[in-house]
Amino acid sequence: MNKIMLFAHLRDEAGAEYIELQAEGKTVADVKELIAEKYNLTKLDSTMSAINEEFAEDDEVIQKGDIIAFIPPVSGG
Amino acid sequence: MNFEISKEPINTQAVIDKVVQREAGAITTFIGTVRELTHGKKTLFLVYEAYEPMAVKKLEQIGNEIKDKWAGAEVAITHRVGKLDITDIAVVIAVSTPHRNDAYEANRYAIERIKEIVPIWKKEHWEDGEEWIGNQLETVAYPSGKPEESDLNE
Repeated sequence: MNKIMLFAHLRDEAGAEYIELQAEGKTVADVKELIAEKYNLTKLDSTMSAINEEFAEDDEVIQKGDIIAFIPPVSGG
Repeated sequence: MNFEISKEPINTQAVIDKVVQREAGAITTFIGTVRELTHGKKTLFLVYEAYEPMAVKKLEQIGNEIKDKWAGAEVAITHRVGKLDITDIAVVIAVSTPHRNDAYEANRYAIERIKEIVPIWKKEHWEDGEEWIGNQLETVAYPSGKPEESDLNE
């Protein structure tokens, strides 16, 4: 299983801080599409992604145990 | 622990103390505070949320970028999370360098990079609603909707 972390508006929309999903072998883009549909998530096209706390491209393939995070545009500072 | 996410109010002097060094001729400190009015709209309070382990890593990355660009620099950054009231301190950045110009430039660089790559978000609460705020860089940093590879790994 893989842990998919959600933040900011995505967390509010899903009503959860994270989702558990069998994502091994799928790309980041695949997972985005899957959860967007299942949890009615918006603005995923402007959302960055991370695998194991490092920014990742949409075509990266997820390995067993990887932690995925969807990162809306940041607003710290 | 020069790079931290804090649930408690930030002790500014403690951040400054981390960059004190005998080689320094200057320390600059940036203190980011919660503003009441943005384009005339009144903020009641803010809530900051972070992807903490990654946020700490990205703050460390900014520190390393600064050390590469400005020789002899020491950097410490603490960012607050949770509910913040107007005038509360959201972030403190301290940079020390041998000469003052570098300390000013490097400190400015740090805050701009925080707004690009550190996974921290703020939710504005107004009298008539609330909203998570997205990219506030007025430079339109990401025409593709996300940072380019060069932005992330600079």
